Amino acid sequence: MVRRGRWFGTAGIGALVGVMLVAAGCSSGSSSTAGPSSSAPAGSVSLTINGAGAPPAASGSAAGVSGQTITVYSGQHEQTTQALVADFEKRTGVSVKLKSDDEASLAGQVLQEGSASPADVFFAENPPALTTLQENNLLTTVDASTLSQVPTKASSPGQDWVGVSARAVAFAANNSVPASSLPASVMDLAGPAWKGKLGLAPSETDFSPLITAVIKAKGADAAKSWLQALMANGKVFADNETLISAIDKGEVQGGLVDHYYWYRLRDEVGASKVASGLHYFPAGDPGSLVDVSGAAVLKSSSHAAAAQAFLAYLVSAPAQQIIATSHSYEYPLRPGVSSSADLPPMGAIVSPAELGDGKPALALLQDVGLL
Amino acid sequence: MSPAAPVGPSSTTLRSGHLPGLRRRLLSPLGLLTAGVLLTVGSPLIFVVVQATRAGWAPARALLHRPIAATLLWHTLTLTAAVTTTTAVIGFGAAYLVERTDLPLRRMLSVVLVMPLAVPEFVQGFSWVSLTSSVRGYWGAVLVMTCALYPLVYLPVAASLRRSDAGVEEVARSLGKGRWVTLVKVTLPLTRPALGGGALLVCLYLLGEYGAFAALQFQTFATAIFTEYKVAYNTASASVLTLLLCLIALLVVIGEMRVSGRRPTGRAAAAGRRPSRVPLGAARFPALAALFALIVLALGVPIGALVYWWARGTSSTLPAASIMTDVWATLGYAFAAAIIATIGAVPVALYSWRRRTRWAATVERGAYLTRALPGIAVGLSIVYITIHYARPFYQTSWMLVAGYVVLFFPLALTGVRAALASVPSGVEEVARSLGVRPALVLLRVTLPLIAPGMGVAAAMVMLAASTELTATLLLRPIGTNTLATQFWTFTTGLAYGEAAPYAALMIAISAIPVLVLARRGAVR
Repeated sequence: MVRRGRWFGTAGIGALVGVMLVAAGCSSGSSSTAGPSSSAPAGSVSLTINGAGAPPAASGSAAGVSGQTITVYSGQHEQTTQALVADFEKRTGVSVKLKSDDEASLAGQVLQEGSASPADVFFAENPPALTTLQENNLLTTVDASTLSQVPTKASSPGQDWVGVSARAVAFAANNSVPASSLPASVMDLAGPAWKGKLGLAPSETDFSPLITAVIKAKGADAAKSWLQALMANGKVFADNETLISAIDKGEVQGGLVDHYYWYRLRDEVGASKVASGLHYFPAGDPGSLVDVSGAAVLKSSSHAAAAQAFLAYLVSAPAQQIIATSHSYEYPLRPGVSSSADLPPMGAIVSPAELGDGKPALALLQDVGLL
Repeated sequence: MSPAAPVGPSSTTLRSGHLPGLRRRLLSPLGLLTAGVLLTVGSPLIFVVVQATRAGWAPARALLHRPIAATLLWHTLTLTAAVTTTTAVIGFGAAYLVERTDLPLRRMLSVVLVMPLAVPEFVQGFSWVSLTSSVRGYWGAVLVMTCALYPLVYLPVAASLRRSDAGVEEVARSLGKGRWVTLVKVTLPLTRPALGGGALLVCLYLLGEYGAFAALQFQTFATAIFTEYKVAYNTASASVLTLLLCLIALLVVIGEMRVSGRRPTGRAAAAGRRPSRVPLGAARFPALAALFALIVLALGVPIGALVYWWARGTSSTLPAASIMTDVWATLGYAFAAAIIATIGAVPVALYSWRRRTRWAATVERGAYLTRALPGIAVGLSIVYITIHYARPFYQTSWMLVAGYVVLFFPLALTGVRAALASVPSGVEEVARSLGVRPALVLLRVTLPLIAPGMGVAAAMVMLAASTELTATLLLRPIGTNTLATQFWTFTTGLAYGEAAPYAALMIAISAIPVLVLARRGAVR
């Protein structure tokens, strides 16, 4: 016992030394952060530059911010984002540091970073990531001139983020499925005809908005039994990429995915070899969901003007044109710009206000055992 | 580094004691160093505990009431049990064949058998699934994870066989004991610490693995934790689940301690002495065929799949010129992590080896717990710790290196521990009794003896770090890519053709540490 106590003592003193080292690191850390915070007035100066220049800067020109550097955390399709960033840098003289990752990991990172986050802009694939940051009071209001470039329904009701592009939920089916067997409504997928033939990717961040839409249309109880039937009919996949390949290979007959996964798959395997197709649910069906991706400026940004200029750029005609012609196959949101790919006309956008933070959908997914 | 300073004064007390139970001052530099290292590599665990207490036990209770909970627990436990068994059998069997028998092509096999370690688990998973969907589910997960993880057992067991004296086995055989009896009664106990350490690593890798199981569509505790972070953005409840996972890991660590024991049983091989090898006779061909089959499954399948993607994918182009930048970045981070983790592992392993008390062993094994943490939990905790307590390092290369050190410290520790296990006990004491100061004993006796083991440890860390993905995505400095993150970028865009060269290069550059490992393992 004496012996053990002694080692506890050793470890205790070691821990104490460790804590002291950490504390030392902490104090040196805070002294170095005094730098950026003392330079805060400089940030407010650039804000006033933007304030003065805002009305004519609606098209995304940002004369006062040239030479600044902003950091963008992006969960969006990386190649398209890189094209957008390169064009923005050329037009404005602002340098962009781009960090690409899964949107949820990035949101988790910003939540840990808190007000010390080096990020200026958060560019997400789906509204829940942005809504989560908004609920944690980490976002700032987007310039009104930026918000006015896209339909009001495409942006956050609180004006904390702006919609940039859109994607539609579709039913991807293997070509072996006869047209007569295709579901007319997303609710039909609960039927016995799809037993053992359906693929699901419930842990993808774009699956829960669909559940939210079904809850809104049919009520929580009906949504629950629908989801239970889907689960009984289907196989669970980890992500939409795996799901769409499985559908194309005939491993499952069909599944619910955002439309662009199929187009990207077609690019990869070649249009002549693709063995599946997309089918859209009619307007009014809860499965006819059109969802947006958006961008926000973080409240902690020390280059708010340049960050706002990036958002203004994202909804400007040149940027929307890049989105319209890119390999990411999303719908541009700016009126007058349409996708150059063979996408069907975009349906009505479901407002982010209606989708909320997705918590009821999540609870339902956990309740039935999909998560 | 200040704890290293007072080496001199403690030397006076060292000489006064008896051999294993030397009286030491309370504040031994080694104890301090060990505590410092463990505190550093254990910091994510502290973060998880703090986050979890914020949530309370409600999320854990809620999860345990969810319909999926029993499935997750069952999946996790049965898979861990099955893969640990298969990797232990395969890893030990292969090491025995290469190191102790007259199997043909031993030199080549000792290199190739380590190579699957160069294929990241998520690439293994992707490759198998892209060839056949029948690998989805339990048996597929057992197959793929066995292929991916058996080198974690093979390496330490082969190393310990190489260093220990085969004379003991020769004596057993000369006394008329059959080769099977000798194998079970003499060789197996000889490698017990290495086998136990390897199996422990396999278990912990399985508990923390996400990428491969995502591809194989097999849900475990770790994938549920990832989902909690990903879909629910709920760090607090994810942390509670992570703590439950750590609890399972703790049981595994305790189990391993009971099974493999602490006392080394081996004796170092006498220098320059050639062991006589067990003749396989006609069995050499089936044995060779079995090892080739293993290599085809573990190495042929992923390489075949990459070639197939590259040939078939229409996105395939020659990789961008920037691929060389990615190669250097990957190598640089992995190398720095390997050096730091290995140096850090030395005091911890030495502490446990010199003391040989239950407490010392417990301290050492505690260092393994972080290996069961999912990469995202480690990544987020390092984000939190750095931004709050070491701001100047935030999003610098050092933060990523720190992440690798935390994640792969257990690999380094296994290597160093296995090396120490075959150092004849009493060597240090003999040197000290001749009046050599402890610091010099360490420098001139102990370190040279374990140097090959340190090389193995560093190479293993380098292999693992150069293929890591989840934490790399979070911790890399903005604007830098590694081969793994580029591979991820293309596969998430479904551009498998473009992704293939990055995976291939990832495997190719891992040839460097594999060659280091193989040179250490050169069949004499």
